[in-house]
Amino acid sequence: MISVGHYLAVSAVLFTLGVLGIFINRKNIIVILMAIELILLAVNINLVAFSAALNDLVGQVFSMFVLTVAAGEAAIGLAILVIYFRGRGTIAVDDANRMKG
Amino acid sequence: MIQAIVFLPLLAALVAGLGQRAIGPFASKLVTTGALFASCALSWPIFLSFVAGTGEAGVTPVLHWVSSGALQFDWELRVDTLTSVMLVVITTVSALVHLYSWGYMEEDPDQPRFFAYLSLFTFAMLMLVTANNLVQMFFGWEGVGLASYLLIGFWYKKPSANAAAIKAFVVNRVGDLGFMLGIFGTFLVFGTVSIPEILAAAPGMAGSTISFMGMRLDTMTILCLLLFIGAMGKSAQLGLHTWLPDAMEGPTPVSALIHAATMVTAGVFMVCRLSPMFETAPVALGVVTFVGAATCFFAATVGTTQWDIKRVIAYSTCSQLGYMFFAAGVGAYGAAMFHLFTHAFFKALLFLGAGSVIHAMHHEQDMRYYGGLRKHIPLTYWAMLMGTLAITGVGIAGVAGFAGFYSKDGILEAAFAAGGGGQVAFWVGIFAALLTSFYSWRLVFLTFFGKPRWEQSEHIQHAVHDGHGHGDDAHDDRHHHDAHSDGTAGYHPHESPLNMLIPLGVLSIGAVFAGIVFHHQFIYPEEGMAFWKGSLAFDEHLMHAAHEVPLWVKWMPFTVMAIGLFLAWNSYIRNTSLPAKFVAQFRLLHQFLYNKWYFDELYTILFVKPAFWIGRFFWKKGDEGTIDRFGPDGAAALVAGGTRLAVRLQSGYVYGYAFVMLLGLVGLASWAMVRFL
Repeated sequence: MISVGHYLAVSAVLFTLGVLGIFINRKNIIVILMAIELILLAVNINLVAFSAALNDLVGQVFSMFVLTVAAGEAAIGLAILVIYFRGRGTIAVDDANRMKG
Repeated sequence: MIQAIVFLPLLAALVAGLGQRAIGPFASKLVTTGALFASCALSWPIFLSFVAGTGEAGVTPVLHWVSSGALQFDWELRVDTLTSVMLVVITTVSALVHLYSWGYMEEDPDQPRFFAYLSLFTFAMLMLVTANNLVQMFFGWEGVGLASYLLIGFWYKKPSANAAAIKAFVVNRVGDLGFMLGIFGTFLVFGTVSIPEILAAAPGMAGSTISFMGMRLDTMTILCLLLFIGAMGKSAQLGLHTWLPDAMEGPTPVSALIHAATMVTAGVFMVCRLSPMFETAPVALGVVTFVGAATCFFAATVGTTQWDIKRVIAYSTCSQLGYMFFAAGVGAYGAAMFHLFTHAFFKALLFLGAGSVIHAMHHEQDMRYYGGLRKHIPLTYWAMLMGTLAITGVGIAGVAGFAGFYSKDGILEAAFAAGGGGQVAFWVGIFAALLTSFYSWRLVFLTFFGKPRWEQSEHIQHAVHDGHGHGDDAHDDRHHHDAHSDGTAGYHPHESPLNMLIPLGVLSIGAVFAGIVFHHQFIYPEEGMAFWKGSLAFDEHLMHAAHEVPLWVKWMPFTVMAIGLFLAWNSYIRNTSLPAKFVAQFRLLHQFLYNKWYFDELYTILFVKPAFWIGRFFWKKGDEGTIDRFGPDGAAALVAGGTRLAVRLQSGYVYGYAFVMLLGLVGLASWAMVRFL
């Protein structure tokens, strides 16, 4: 029998992968965007799992919102990425340090 | 009338000083000189009315000044006998110095400024002598100090002139502190700064005591001593005299003005003005006598060794001021003022004469490079001779004599008659008179007699070479060739222009006749009482006694004058190798005197060095090391250091920020779990 605990475990693994993907990653910015998607999906799994376990639809509705936001975020993120690439000719993470003080 | 005398110079100084661009140099000179001659013309009738006995003492109010509780004083112009004497001395000498400066400063580009300063100087001194309260006197006192600073440092491009100006100002400041404390103390004791009220109340205060620096001291003694410190500063008495010889850095007319009429006479005047107060403090008078006699002796000894013509006369002034002070110290204020009066004429004459010599010798001031000038500048020679005869006190007792004869003998006789400390002062004064005669005649012999020794002078060489530069005739060349034989280096001294000779002439008349004409009024017992009318503490008995001194006392000054003259003649005309032999014999003594008793060196060690050290300490350790270090610099360093750390955090890498964010999130979550679960 698959319990809430299993869902949460998967979700935690995904979340951790997402977080590590952001700051262990030294390759390119697309990976960071993907890692953010992973984090959001992990959250979604949590929401849906608890929704099912608690018989409360609000969790699933909320996960819809999250998906929407994730889509928007992906769209804007990719758009920024394209602009960034045009400007600097690279999307390597190590080169993106213009905010250095 | 008195308003015009006092304020015309101020007006002229303002017009010439501030409006010089508008009216031009010629008009500036005209305005100042004209104003001074007008002042002078107005002053003499006042003085003569007092001489004639018709003058009335009075006070002319000008403006309200301060009215604050018990402290009340106004701008007032006081005229009495004492003031009238000072008025003629100041305005006459100043007017003549103004006229003289037309010639002497002719080539200076900054003449309007010079004349404006001269007039300002005169105004300040007039303010001082007409003061009816101590605060107004202090105003004039400081004004004189300021103007002397400006004038001594007139050639401000010369570092030595700047140093001398600062020195004069600082040394005077030491005296001024004493004067200020004296004024404060006087106000504390008497509750007023009005001079007549103080003098009226002074006898009642005799013998009372006051707590000063934890000790019970005699009130009048302490007040008089404090005031006398002020007088010492202004009148260059031993200890605070060091500024006076250095003041020679200023243009020569300034030296004449400072030494004859303004500035240095202020101290003597103040002691005479406050003489009823000093009379109540015998101890203070003893100090005045002692300091006066010491200065008289000290300056005379130094004067015998100096080579710079102006310095010799400067030390002579210092010495003569010593005479005035010990005259005041023994109670012969009339004699002190008389010497001030005659001294103004012959000292101004000597200085302006020296200026004329310097002018003729192309700014050479060293007497070693003079000699034989008698035939080249005869008028200057005669004027200087008159001045020297006056200062050395040539005269036959009971018959006639030059100005200095009456005043100096008056002082010495009064000192002798006073007995006690006065007797000591008398002998010191006699010895100083011998030295005075020696250095005065030495100056004359070195300058005007003997063979020319001009060729070693750089100034003369410059002048001769400049002459060649113009190169218009063979005349110069011819003289240059025979230069080696006669020591003139081919230079021709020229007599000064008329505007310099007229003041010399007028002052010569003063130097010859000032004594014989006025000595009755100034120092004779009965006439003196009638003349001074209580404007100073005239001691009729003392002056009586002074006239009854033994005959040898009366002849003593003349005798030592003759000895001094003989010594000078013997050393500088008859046997010119004698001075060198003397110097070789008494090397230490000569060094000691030549270096002015090492006063400057002593003060450098005692005051200047420690002052610099303290200043450096506060600058380096106090200001930079403490205040700056922990104050502004410290705050700035803190911010800069913090920024450097913060900069290191701002790597600019996204994952770095994300990591910090995560840490924060984890921290927050942990805190929430511990806190809420």
